[in-house]
Amino acid sequence: MQQSYDAIIIGGGHNGLTCAAYLAKGGEKAGKSKLKVLVLERREKVGGAAMSEEKYPGFTYSTCSYVCSLLRPEIFRFLDLPRHGLQVIPYDINSAPNPEGEGIIYYSDHDRTRESLRRHSIRDAEAYDEYAMEISRYCRFIKRTLLMTPPDPTQINPFVQNRINPWGHREDLEGLLKIGREFGRLGERNMYDMIRFWSMSVADFLDQYFETPRWKGLAAASSIIGTALGPYSPGTAYVLLHHYMGEVDGQIGAWGFARGGMGSVSKAIASAAEEAGVEIRVNAEVEKVIVKDGKAVGVALKSGEEIYGRSIVSNADPKRTYLKLVDKGDLDAIDPDIHRYARNYKIRGSSGKLNIALDGLPEFAGLPKESCYGTIDIGGDFDYIERAFDDYKYGSWSKRPFLDCVIPTTVDPTMSPPGKHFMSVFVQYVPYQLAEGPWTPEMKAQYEKDVLDTIELHAPGFKKLVLHVQCRTPWDIENEVGMTEGNIFHGELTLDQLLFNRPFPGMGQYRGPFDNFYMCGSGTHPGGGVMGAPGANAATEMLKDFRRGVVQ
Amino acid sequence: MTDVVVIGAGHNGLVTATYLAKAGLKVTVLEAAPQIGGAAVTREFVPGYKTSGVAHLLHGLHPAIARDLDLARHGLDLKAQRVETRSLLPGDRSFDTSSVASVSRTDAEAYPAVMARLTRMADALAAYALHTPPRPDAMKMDWQAKLNLGKFAWGLRRLGKKDMLELTRILTMNVNDLANDYFESDAVKGLLCFEGVLGLALGPRSPSTVFNLLYRLSSLGANGQGGFLLPKGGMGSVAQALGRAAQAAGVLIRTGAAVDHILIENDVAAGAVLSTGEEIRASRVVSNADPQRTALQLIGPRNLDAMFVTRIRHLRMNGCAAKIHLALDGLPEALANARGRIVVAPRPDDIERAYDCAKYGRVSDRPALELTIPTLSDPSLAPAGKHVASIVAQYCPYKLRGTSVNDARQQIGERSLAVLEEVAPGLKQRVTAMEVLTPHDLEKQFGMTGGQWHHGEITLDQVLFLRPAGQAQEYRMPVPGVYLCGAGAHPGGNISGAPGYNAAREILKDARAQKRVVGAA
Repeated sequence: MQQSYDAIIIGGGHNGLTCAAYLAKGGEKAGKSKLKVLVLERREKVGGAAMSEEKYPGFTYSTCSYVCSLLRPEIFRFLDLPRHGLQVIPYDINSAPNPEGEGIIYYSDHDRTRESLRRHSIRDAEAYDEYAMEISRYCRFIKRTLLMTPPDPTQINPFVQNRINPWGHREDLEGLLKIGREFGRLGERNMYDMIRFWSMSVADFLDQYFETPRWKGLAAASSIIGTALGPYSPGTAYVLLHHYMGEVDGQIGAWGFARGGMGSVSKAIASAAEEAGVEIRVNAEVEKVIVKDGKAVGVALKSGEEIYGRSIVSNADPKRTYLKLVDKGDLDAIDPDIHRYARNYKIRGSSGKLNIALDGLPEFAGLPKESCYGTIDIGGDFDYIERAFDDYKYGSWSKRPFLDCVIPTTVDPTMSPPGKHFMSVFVQYVPYQLAEGPWTPEMKAQYEKDVLDTIELHAPGFKKLVLHVQCRTPWDIENEVGMTEGNIFHGELTLDQLLFNRPFPGMGQYRGPFDNFYMCGSGTHPGGGVMGAPGANAATEMLKDFRRGVVQ
Repeated sequence: MTDVVVIGAGHNGLVTATYLAKAGLKVTVLEAAPQIGGAAVTREFVPGYKTSGVAHLLHGLHPAIARDLDLARHGLDLKAQRVETRSLLPGDRSFDTSSVASVSRTDAEAYPAVMARLTRMADALAAYALHTPPRPDAMKMDWQAKLNLGKFAWGLRRLGKKDMLELTRILTMNVNDLANDYFESDAVKGLLCFEGVLGLALGPRSPSTVFNLLYRLSSLGANGQGGFLLPKGGMGSVAQALGRAAQAAGVLIRTGAAVDHILIENDVAAGAVLSTGEEIRASRVVSNADPQRTALQLIGPRNLDAMFVTRIRHLRMNGCAAKIHLALDGLPEALANARGRIVVAPRPDDIERAYDCAKYGRVSDRPALELTIPTLSDPSLAPAGKHVASIVAQYCPYKLRGTSVNDARQQIGERSLAVLEEVAPGLKQRVTAMEVLTPHDLEKQFGMTGGQWHHGEITLDQVLFLRPAGQAQEYRMPVPGVYLCGAGAHPGGNISGAPGYNAAREILKDARAQKRVVGAA
């Protein structure tokens, strides 16, 4: 059976859906005949890692991602998500329990944070102003690059002409100049600090400002979440930003819960897409991308059905796309290096997840009740996190892991029966495979026990509240959502895999090696998190190509 | 009255002094130690046994500088035999660059190409070795600097699209991932990782170690000696040659003259004050000391703004390598003709675990080692028939926790010998005397803060215009008339002379500018 679409998107994750919606709406806008867009999802429902499921009667779990903040406000507005039922409830507190004394509390309100720091150290409280200023300066700089296609420094000659840019690569040159101008605005002293900041370890960075070990541990948290690095590893300071860039309706740095769990984010984007005329098919697993003489022409489903389209977009991560969906032969015909790039792509999964149904609200050591309304980071000082990382380095889960916990039901009663609560526990670090080999049920049970024990340490009496636990390792996440090695970012956010090098050198502009083949997942700039930016950017590039007639 | 005072007669200090003198300035070099050379020195550590005190292999010395200063004529024999690197593995196996096949066929095929490619990239980066680093603010660069930047960019582009992008990819990576990308056998990976972490307080899995690898490779290319040399008579001979070159150029060198602080009058450098109280006045003062010593002791915080002082205080200056010298009454047959550079780092994880100890302030249980036996090529360093072994042992952290310096000294010594004994059985019995220099000892004896022999780790956050710190650009410290010419300035450590060369150029720039102003008045 044959049918033709303008764009076929492999994978109905939030980026795939965003890309689809942008294509459908964008095509319309460009005054062209409406683009016919098809989204193919392997599972029985769309959403990928932004998913709500009922794993225990009466409880809605946000099975993978658990907080909403990075979703770009531009996308929020363009797709008019609130009308499609997305409601984000901001929370303003982030705390770290402390069994030996008073816990640390961080508010999204600057002055309150300074006050709460004062209880621990005057020096830290004063340094916090300086620190916040520097961070927000960097964030402002990064933000501008989020929704732009990363310029390729090897293509700045405006006179080179090729298929993609019949008029030469002016865009790359302009992009670089744009970034240059932004950079110029910083002023020289800030330039030095910023460049230095890129390659620093978060430990070095925070040591410049603060002295309280537990506060430094809490502050370092966001720079190691999802990365396969410890706080002492250079290059971790940057990741700090990646979690500070959050926004909830314009409130910078704010985080929020999506009402009804993260699934409602995908649901809203999906309904926006469908409204724009996108066709979504679930239970349609793509087996292969069909490539004919260097052109991507369609996809073959597991069912054997073949669907043809003018352009193919992959929302899968780069490793899965280029090692599974695409034939090595087709790649080597273009350039044998691509296969090597794909093999060497760093996508180590480093985090697990526990979804827990609770009979009541736990009480955390050294923290007031209100702390349950936000994220609770169970950890300690740098050494605590670094030792957790050491376990992982040699192929074991952290015996005393770093935990990022949220209890969304404190602000969103729709997710659990009254009085009961759903707690999402993000576990750092958990390897995809153990040194001894693949995960066994016994190992998994032990890992679950270690996590619960760690929580019990910081929240006495916690275990008695537990009704049900859904325990996931990176291996489980890969098998359920399809993210290679369960890496939540579709590839580590290290400097060598950012901007024009994400996913691979020379392929950083959402275009794949074949004609009419594109990437729109978190494996492309600007990277992971429920952000939607990669999908939107990919769509923008594709629309350009449609307009220029690059896509036949 | 002299025009310029140079504090410290390390190799960079001497290079700067010589270039300045050649340009016609009156230069005085003040050295605290009884001999010149700083860390480039040959010491007698037990009666009759001599060896290079800190650095024991010469590879970074920039050919252009050696040529300018005519070091050959001043007695430096650079044709001294090059030495190959040999990696010792357990079960008396070993391999060097020519025999990689003995550990892995596939790696043997890949090895030459990979190293050539990396060296090509390293050379492209090293184009800046003899230039003042660019400033991120293009407005602040003169045409010369802009030209250099252009040349540099063109050099990168000339690598070709593939290699340029590959360079941008690997530049910030960790050397362990790089090794996994290119090689399959632990032995080869281990050697590559060792090169990547040598001199750093980082492990193979820490990002930015690839940069350190490239930094070292650059000295094995066109911008260095093209390989490792064991200078005849130890590293001291390099210093001696530089000293003679300096004196020939008319530099006045005073040894045993410890500088207490830099004399600053109306916020401008006015000379140096010795610990004896003697004042040596000069309008320009050049410090060959490391940045922390220069800023916090010689200049003094009260003459600097607080931001800058904090920044300097937070430089990564954690020496992590100890120097061990052995007096041997003979050699075990594993080392019987080890003329070259011996590396003992069989697996990346060995190095990583060694680093894990240092991370928490402990001495490595199984240190990674670099070893040379200079007496095999230069018997004059020890009594007839006897030998000297010079060992660099990583990791022995400067920032110890719960271990006293004395314990650390003993531990690193014993543990290094234990590791060596495995790959060279019978070494222990041969040892007649042993000297161990922990980072603390290096700090005391050679005045290198933190015992960091690069005057600050070579990591991406401490190179180019970030070396030593953003507010001390182009070899000028914030106080007018005070300059930095040591390894703490761009391009950094190793016996290269490049920082000294660049500093001299900048100082002469200022001198000429001043002359112009005076002339105009």
